[in-house]
Amino acid sequence: MARAISPRKKLMWTALAWGFGLLIFFPILWTFLTSFKAESTAISDPPVWFFFDWTVQNYHDVLERSNYPLALMNSIIIAVGSTLLGIVIAVPAAWAMAFVPGDRTKDVLLWMLSTKMLPAVGVLYPLVLIAKYFGVMDSRLLLVVVLMLINLPIIVWMLYTYFREIPGEILEASRMDGASLKNEILYVLTPMALPGIASTILLNVILAWNEAFWTILLTTVDAAPLTKFIASFSAPEGLFYAKLSAASIMAIAPILIMGWFSQKQLVRGLTFGAVK
Amino acid sequence: MNMKQLLLTSAVGFGLSAGIAAADGTTITIATVNNGDMIRMQGLTEDFNAKHPDITVEWVTLEENVLRQNLTTDISTGGGAYDVMTIGTYEVPIWANNGWLVSLNEGMADDFNKDDLLPAIAGGLTVDGELYASPFYGESSMVMYRTDLMEKAGLEMPDAPTWTFIREAAAAMTDRENDINGICARGKAGWGENGAFLTAMSNSFGARWFDEEWNAQFDSPEWADTLNFYLGMMNESGPAGAANNGFNENLTLFQQGKCGMWIDATVAASFVTGADSTVADKVGFALAPDNGLGKRGNWLWAWSLAIPSSSEKQDAAKTFISWATGPAYAELVAGNEGWANVPPGTRTSLYENADYLAAAPFAQMTLDSILSADPTNPTVKPVPYTGVQFVAIPEFAGIANQVGQQFSDALAGNQTAEEALAKAQALTTEEMEAAGY
Amino acid sequence: MATEHSKSAARIMIAPAVFLLLVWMLIPLCMTLYFSFADYRPMRGVFDAWIGFDNYVRFVSSSSFLSSVGTTLWMVGGILAITITGGILLALLLDQPMFGQGIVRILVIAPFFVMPTVSALVWKNMFFNVDNGLFSYFYKFFGMQPYDFLSQSPLLSIVIIVAWQWLPFATLIMLTAVQSLSSEQLEAAEIDGAPPLARFWYIILPHLSRAITVVILIQTIFLLSIFAEIFVTTNGAFGTRTLTYLVYQRVLESQNIGLGSAGGIVAVILANIIAIFLMRIVGKNIDN
Repeated sequence: MARAISPRKKLMWTALAWGFGLLIFFPILWTFLTSFKAESTAISDPPVWFFFDWTVQNYHDVLERSNYPLALMNSIIIAVGSTLLGIVIAVPAAWAMAFVPGDRTKDVLLWMLSTKMLPAVGVLYPLVLIAKYFGVMDSRLLLVVVLMLINLPIIVWMLYTYFREIPGEILEASRMDGASLKNEILYVLTPMALPGIASTILLNVILAWNEAFWTILLTTVDAAPLTKFIASFSAPEGLFYAKLSAASIMAIAPILIMGWFSQKQLVRGLTFGAVK
Repeated sequence: MNMKQLLLTSAVGFGLSAGIAAADGTTITIATVNNGDMIRMQGLTEDFNAKHPDITVEWVTLEENVLRQNLTTDISTGGGAYDVMTIGTYEVPIWANNGWLVSLNEGMADDFNKDDLLPAIAGGLTVDGELYASPFYGESSMVMYRTDLMEKAGLEMPDAPTWTFIREAAAAMTDRENDINGICARGKAGWGENGAFLTAMSNSFGARWFDEEWNAQFDSPEWADTLNFYLGMMNESGPAGAANNGFNENLTLFQQGKCGMWIDATVAASFVTGADSTVADKVGFALAPDNGLGKRGNWLWAWSLAIPSSSEKQDAAKTFISWATGPAYAELVAGNEGWANVPPGTRTSLYENADYLAAAPFAQMTLDSILSADPTNPTVKPVPYTGVQFVAIPEFAGIANQVGQQFSDALAGNQTAEEALAKAQALTTEEMEAAGY
Repeated sequence: MATEHSKSAARIMIAPAVFLLLVWMLIPLCMTLYFSFADYRPMRGVFDAWIGFDNYVRFVSSSSFLSSVGTTLWMVGGILAITITGGILLALLLDQPMFGQGIVRILVIAPFFVMPTVSALVWKNMFFNVDNGLFSYFYKFFGMQPYDFLSQSPLLSIVIIVAWQWLPFATLIMLTAVQSLSSEQLEAAEIDGAPPLARFWYIILPHLSRAITVVILIQTIFLLSIFAEIFVTTNGAFGTRTLTYLVYQRVLESQNIGLGSAGGIVAVILANIIAIFLMRIVGKNIDN
């Protein structure tokens, strides 16, 4: 901003923003701290903040009791796989909707979004029966396809809003120059659409990573991701806060770190085209 | 290493390890609850592997509610995902009647010795003479109390207390200043949580879920007595968040020294006297209370291992169940973690074992509690159903979850006992009509 | 630009997505529809393919139905109110000059990455728990009786948990919108002597209206199907049973697939009514 800001004012804003930021972040911070406490320290009264015997025992216990690497790998494959598959299907659809809109385009788009409102549990039995019929229960493929279908409407819609921002004249011009459809997509459209596609990917990886209904009920061992891993630490007998915290941190850390590294991209992309 | 490389190498790695496991012999998938005894069993897998190198075991250890979701979805759509399922006394007869479980009468290991199982426990898992699940641990409920606080209150706990005594003792032990609640009991909604506690309690008050014509009985004076007594006692002497406390929450409270008495599962005995407990050396045990009507407020439950008929590896599954619930398992646990940590309540031989009796001060009270529960004849008045803290019909879990929510809401002070009972009566009648009774 | 040729090409390109979603919609939905007219109770071994509208009548006339619709609306409404208000305020705050803006932004968006099960477990056990939760210590620290959030204010508790998860999303979208606001306009208003509240009301808020509708639309889609947060915290007790949860109870707890399927269809119909309603507003707002 061009305005000159007095240092005092800036300090005040800094304090306020940091205050709220830490407040919002606090539950995660607290979970992180608890994960390094002994179980009895985790529920001590009054609570201890930083000065306790830090231990990695909880992480050790959690790793020993469950197959974390497999769950992590499954989460990555399912989240990334379903998103990429969704992108492959959605890009042409969104492209066509944005540049060659028909009379019904808007209706198709709205209808797509409304499929997202299907209450998952209502179609649980049908889907399980279908999956069993094809023998794909507990497979990554099933989860990739199901989560892709769940998120496809959002993907199409996000891409559509980005593509619409690309001025049509550029395409016209490139067509005048005799560019083929393939070249048009490859050299003109893709570079302009890339930021939008990137943030669509990011958002949908997050959504797929956190999906906790289908990923729990359609898997047993082989395809079980981190959402199911968490369910084995949620309420065992005896004290469990510290172990639960460790398992929680292990489940959210990968996506959190990915999110932080790509936050600029995510922030830039979360405009849904329509906001600016 | 970049992401793509990581993905590739890991995928290849997993593919290889999966391939090796499959080539090596049979792999069985075991679904179980994340309770302490089961986690211990999981930790002892190596012993099983050493004895049966041809069988690989894969564990699905889940929190109870999530486990139930997974198992019921699987079994009622034809099964196939699991080879061994951990289920309870409630599910076994229902599933067995649907033909979903494999009988364990034949094909178990030679040393399995079915006749050694406690008759009360095995009876609940047997349908038409066929044992359909083998108990991993069995439990009833009893009173666990703090001997020091009891003494401080100038009272003495009888071996077989009445509800009136419990309520008075709870009031006398309560010391809110020092964060001591006279009584801890289940208040969390759920058929296996407050549903179990209140149903068992109502038996000793002469109440019942249904009359012989399957009419809901929540409008009876006996239920009103039960619920009013429970609410009164909990409000006088219970912990602040009682309506959210299930087994695990109360266990934590008791271990922290915040409960004078706790009426709950007998398996808790080894936890409250164990290493995590701050009051381990000050715990006494007594039978669950009664009201002089001939029935005590204790239940009967066994977490058991069963094999779904859909399993293609029934022999390997039987081998595993023989190992996990056979007599040798007790010695295995005792050798590793001490006798007090052996899963209780399944075998007569355990209660004749001098080492166990010496290491587990709660053993006799556990056995007495289990033996005093009578699932075939649970109530004072006649009923058309079996089951102490549950009604052995498929509709029960759904109904009792909702009834439990009403009771929990009453305990939280959001409605009166009368309102809760009226709603319970209405919804039970509604559901039973829907079920065609 | 839209020649006949490109139009048909467009149709071909849209086709896979539409086809897949149709299959996704129609096959499970048709099966659900089929089950909803059947008496299907696997635990009893009952399957009677046609019992007419019995399941629908039973589901809609049950005493829990209307209250669950009410609960759903309260929950979604509450969460939307908190995230939108909070999102706007946070966005305005983050737009101010400060030190370490990037780090603050990282802190603020973090909850969005936490899976619902984890955040529900953490909030329930480590914050709301009366005996060992952090809030109870604060209450005790100030000499008050600990407050049992989950049984005394169950709806609010769940709203807090979910709002915490979605606040970052709302904030980010609002922030993008706020940043695109021309500072000249604001400065002009400031020079004219317009008080901050008036500036907010007449310049900022209208500018944010599109962002707000986007947030409402996207969040509503996700919030209507909240499940994990209820399942973990109250299991549907204390009047926190939403329509989705009620269907869950019918299907999985009561094992009455017919009744649950009818409930699912009813939920789809209601969700679509809300959707059409929303689309009307959003459609308008996005086009102009």
